[in-house]
Amino acid sequence: MKELLVISGKGGTGKTTIVGAFAGLAKDSFPCKTTVLVDCDVDAADLHLILKPNVRETNEFFGLRRATLDSAKCNNCGACRKVCRFDAIAEHEGHIKIESISCEGCAVCFHICPNQAISMKDVIAGRWFVSDTVYGPLVHAKLGVAEENSGKLVMEVRREARRIAETLESSLIICDGPPGIGCPVISSMSDVDLALIVTEPTVAGIHDMERLYTLADGFGVEVVLCINKYDLDYRISADIEEFCRTHNIDVAGRVPFDEEVVKTLARGEPIISPGHTSRVSQITAAKAIEQLWAEISSRLFV
Amino acid sequence: MIISVASGKGGTGKTTIAVNLALTLAETEPVCLMDCDVEEPNAHLFLKPVLEGRAKVTVPVPVVNEEKCTGCGRCGEICAFNAILPLGKHVLTFPELCHGCGGCTLLCPTGAIREEPLEIGVVEWGRAGAISHIHGKLKIGSPLAPPVVKAVKNHKQNMPEDIISIIDAPPGTSCPVVASVSGSDFCLLVTEPTPFGLHDLTLAVDMVSELQVPFGVVINRAGLGNGTLVDYCKAENIHILAEIPFDRRYAACYAKGGRLIEEFPEVKKAFQDLWHEICATAERV
Repeated sequence: MKELLVISGKGGTGKTTIVGAFAGLAKDSFPCKTTVLVDCDVDAADLHLILKPNVRETNEFFGLRRATLDSAKCNNCGACRKVCRFDAIAEHEGHIKIESISCEGCAVCFHICPNQAISMKDVIAGRWFVSDTVYGPLVHAKLGVAEENSGKLVMEVRREARRIAETLESSLIICDGPPGIGCPVISSMSDVDLALIVTEPTVAGIHDMERLYTLADGFGVEVVLCINKYDLDYRISADIEEFCRTHNIDVAGRVPFDEEVVKTLARGEPIISPGHTSRVSQITAAKAIEQLWAEISSRLFV
Repeated sequence: MIISVASGKGGTGKTTIAVNLALTLAETEPVCLMDCDVEEPNAHLFLKPVLEGRAKVTVPVPVVNEEKCTGCGRCGEICAFNAILPLGKHVLTFPELCHGCGGCTLLCPTGAIREEPLEIGVVEWGRAGAISHIHGKLKIGSPLAPPVVKAVKNHKQNMPEDIISIIDAPPGTSCPVVASVSGSDFCLLVTEPTPFGLHDLTLAVDMVSELQVPFGVVINRAGLGNGTLVDYCKAENIHILAEIPFDRRYAACYAKGGRLIEEFPEVKKAFQDLWHEICATAERV
């Protein structure tokens, strides 16, 4: 079983669109095998908007615990406020108050309180779902607004996807990754077989791609790259290709800018659906994504 | 006044809006642009500031003196982040997981733990013409963005009181975004008329509502998708402050690091109008 991660550094370069198209292409390529899909962008998950899942199972996600104050036991001594390094404990007119949104759950206040007035409570920080789609099972999540610990939630959805893939004897898991280079991205990357970086020829796209590549390389992850909207700026596309040459990264695909892609997605349709490939598609970008898929799948399944 | 620019979905145009608003305002007001997208900071690619200073951002992480350690295991029990693992008198630490809460150091009964700063990023500042610029950069491989965001915001203490601060926030709705947007007087939510843009806007609206920051919406690439975004805003009584139409020339200008308001007079007008809308909306709430 192989695990493919699609990431970008910069947001909005086309990760989810490409993963959505891959879902259809994978179903055509391996008609006898089930591909498991995962949305690792847990704080702004969008893959379900393309794959239209039927939610089969909902699970609660507990993040870090949060401090709560029993004001009946509190004598407002302020010891907790002195030790909190996250500005989560305030004093209002002599009364101690916990600012829950700033609490990181370290529990130092709980340990230090001389009156046992603070307890640590489990908080539901989000939910994760196992769903059925026409492309295969989808594991996705919704982190609560303003919550922490997205890295841990990413690990939970990936663990579930692997469990499902083993049960179904799947040959492939495709993960739609989060933007950035922080904790959810690091959690998405561990032990994947291949990471596809989707970038765009803009000054921000190339800048963010270089930081992401450095991160992936540092973790020993094998990387290939796709330039989306490559015809938006040929000079920057050439700079990206040059970077790839010097760092020995394969450019697995070049997808043209195509307004039809946006129009199709706006109608709530996938740009490639199973059994409905670019031969009948009006979308020029679809053909390039098919070639990208051929390149990626030959790399994964030599 | 502090105005943050956030979005939920990535790539909707936060940096474009933040940079061009700052450039527009800088003609008449003192302005500071703070780039709080410390994982992937981009504003400097458009502002091209001359940097004047730089400071390390550190988190205090534990160092154990095994001669003083009795192997009681207390540090491992209290650490909520699994960043310290006592194996008898041999104690392993995982600095990259440490949030720097200081619990182990404070509660070790024999005082065997001290703290050492671990560098997780930098804050840099400088000027781009009339604009003061501050940005943070998370060290590659470090997972913990919020302390770097907070360091960027703290650096604003060195600015004059009456300066207008524009914060370019990271995408999403989780802790680095909350660290960026909290304390703002107003938040611009930038979105695009696609199902993704709409879906993630609803998450961003929940986030700013939770933080009790007044907000309005800027629709970027207007005309490219469909009308459900405008319908949503109307139904929820959300004020649409500006619409920047989709234009391949704008996309090409952005691609090469250009400044829209300097190349397209109609965009400059749109940003002047946006500023009036922000002032009018902020006054109403």
